[in-house]
Amino acid sequence: MPVQTEFTPLASAAGGALIGCAAVLLMLMSGRIAGISGILSRLIWPSEGSRPFEAFAFVLGLLLAPAVWIVALGQSVTQVMTDNMPLAAIAGLLVGFGAVYGGGCTSGHGVCGISRWSKRSLVATAVFMATAMLVVFVTRHVLGAGS
Amino acid sequence: MILLVNVIAGLLFGFGLLLSGMANPAKVLNFLDVAGHWDASLAFVMGGAVLVTAIGYRLVFRRPKPVLDESFRVPTARQIDSQLVLGAAVFGVGWGLVGLCPGPALVSLPLASPAIVVFVPAMLIGVAAAVWLKR
Repeated sequence: MPVQTEFTPLASAAGGALIGCAAVLLMLMSGRIAGISGILSRLIWPSEGSRPFEAFAFVLGLLLAPAVWIVALGQSVTQVMTDNMPLAAIAGLLVGFGAVYGGGCTSGHGVCGISRWSKRSLVATAVFMATAMLVVFVTRHVLGAGS
Repeated sequence: MILLVNVIAGLLFGFGLLLSGMANPAKVLNFLDVAGHWDASLAFVMGGAVLVTAIGYRLVFRRPKPVLDESFRVPTARQIDSQLVLGAAVFGVGWGLVGLCPGPALVSLPLASPAIVVFVPAMLIGVAAAVWLKR
């Protein structure tokens, strides 16, 4: 059986608002989209004007977040991950490749792009939501996998 | 200065992911599982994020340029092409398989669960392959 999770509208909306603040801060100060896959591609394959050091600084902030969370709130981070390692490897490849090939992920298209009313981002978000939901439907309800 | 701004933005972004529940793959998969025990929380993450960003961007774009740079760098492409659709579709498949997208994956890396230690390097290989293909 899949792990059940509690519906958390308040914490989720507040967390979303923080993500929005980060996106607005980045645009205000450095004029950049807060898209994680874009930031990662600037970092691991630097090109003219990609500013890899700024991308690295942003990623560093992301990596520091759990430590700050644990120290500030005194509670651990709740996570339930797959224990299927080949699946994790395949999913990682697909996520990294697809996000960059399609010009963005949940943050670049789903948050920043939709906030600019970009038609491309609306289409991309609809497509990845649809395929993700389809995959979950197939793995959970057709194949009947536990996670 | 601009490096510090980036660290702070990354930290805020990561903290938002943790608070929202987006960094818990079980919650993401339950959101995607509309036919099961649907957890609608992630719609609130997206709603909160888009609301703040849409309003904030409008205010920011009234400025001629960002505070610490010469110009805003916003994507200018308008066309819905096969790269966009194919990439998004592939990304969605990977996201649906384990419930991790790039932001939550990076935030989860320091927590060093076995799956994330496998997922993140694979993701970076995927990123590099796509950048190489798109050159």
